[in-house]
Amino acid sequence: MSNKTVLFDKHVEYKGKIVDFAGWQMPVNYGSQIDEHHQVRKDAGMFDVSHMVIVDLRSGDIKGLLQKLLANDVAKLTESGKALYSCMLNPNGGVIDDLIVYYMSDSWYRVVVNAGTAEKDLAWINEHAAAFDVSVKARDDLAMIAVQGPKAREKSFAVLPVDVVEAATPLKRFFGADCGDWFVGRTGYTGEDGFEIMVPSSEAPALWDELAGAGIKPCGLGARDTLRLEAGMNLYGSDMTEETSPLVSGLGWTIAWQPEDRDFIGRSVLEAEKAEGIKQKIVGLILEERGVLRGHQKVIVAQEDLPPGGAQLEGEITSGTFSPSLQKSIALARVPVEIGDSCVVEIRGKLLRAAVVKPVFVRDGQAV
Amino acid sequence: MSEVPSELKYTKSHEWLRIEDDGLITIGISDHAQALLGDLVFVELPEAGTEFVAGDECCVVESVKAASDVYMPISGEIVEINEALADEPEIINSSPYDNGWLFKMRASAEELDDLMDADAYQAEIDE
Repeated sequence: MSNKTVLFDKHVEYKGKIVDFAGWQMPVNYGSQIDEHHQVRKDAGMFDVSHMVIVDLRSGDIKGLLQKLLANDVAKLTESGKALYSCMLNPNGGVIDDLIVYYMSDSWYRVVVNAGTAEKDLAWINEHAAAFDVSVKARDDLAMIAVQGPKAREKSFAVLPVDVVEAATPLKRFFGADCGDWFVGRTGYTGEDGFEIMVPSSEAPALWDELAGAGIKPCGLGARDTLRLEAGMNLYGSDMTEETSPLVSGLGWTIAWQPEDRDFIGRSVLEAEKAEGIKQKIVGLILEERGVLRGHQKVIVAQEDLPPGGAQLEGEITSGTFSPSLQKSIALARVPVEIGDSCVVEIRGKLLRAAVVKPVFVRDGQAV
Repeated sequence: MSEVPSELKYTKSHEWLRIEDDGLITIGISDHAQALLGDLVFVELPEAGTEFVAGDECCVVESVKAASDVYMPISGEIVEINEALADEPEIINSSPYDNGWLFKMRASAEELDDLMDADAYQAEIDE
């Protein structure tokens, strides 16, 4: 089974190198992944993210449903258009998916979920929606293009329809606006400013050409991954899964513990985990020697950070790559909380030194 | 379309080999292989003096995307490695058959007889 987005022919036309991603035939790059990365950090690039699934929740007690399903609390959303990032947990506190939910009105919330998890997400949402009398609709009729980079807004304004520009211009970060058939969110997955533009599928190929004509270069999933990793953004399936709780996935900040009586799915397990003491955390690693950090490599806590006489403590890299912005290899790793400010990573039997840092490397074009 | 120089020998795992005037054999990865890997960012080369048997993993090339093993196409001893790749692994992307060579080895030229010529390799990557 291999799906194609409505922009597939455009990817071929723009010389994209097509690979399979979560059952979708997507461009990994259009020539050079590194050039595309810099294009987004310094100027403006665009990504086809139509494989992600847009889900509209309408009518009934949507707020009640989402307060049950999500670890973050949609009660924080009081202003129309405001978006919230959250995990959706299983009863064991594992992450079913991470998602963005836009609050448009009490009778309309829009949720955007990952491609690889969409099927199980929809099944899970549907399973709970009936009790809240909420209608759930996957918007397969919409395509989505993310325009990202310091010049993404300015360059896209030159070619977007007038009413869309009017709706998008006043948007603050992490807000979305509805404009008829179109929808624009000032959101993204790169650590740069920009928009995610949802359009009727039939209009997407023409929009792709116009955005390209405005100097917003097509970028593939390869650059999307190095950009998000530099920005310290988690990737579902690598940095968190159904087997890991948000508390050991660098996502504790997305759990809304107040009010205490909000009984979201997974809550009791997370509370027990917290009460017992959290043993692992996500950190950033910067390799200090030559090599490339990759997922599943072993991370060893430095001897001086162990309690006296303590046995060796180990963790694991969850995502690793070469950072085009820093020109060094970087990673996210799940490690014992005892870890200090440096550690050792095992790469093909060799032990290499890495600095332990906060899990964010680049934001708005600047190294942090 | 990948470049496949006619004077070289090739393997199914995308290494190329060239017999130099001094009898040494230079080995690298093909244009097709570098294109599949994408932007290269790190190369782990064997040390000069190391002896290998055909089929051994002898070297690792890493792109932003992934790490990939290079397999020794023939048996012999490494005599020289391409030191320039330590600082500029991207040379392999821009010049896979010339400046982007990996290492030179001393081996029996007869071993090359079993490897693919350009036409056979072209057919292999067209599949």
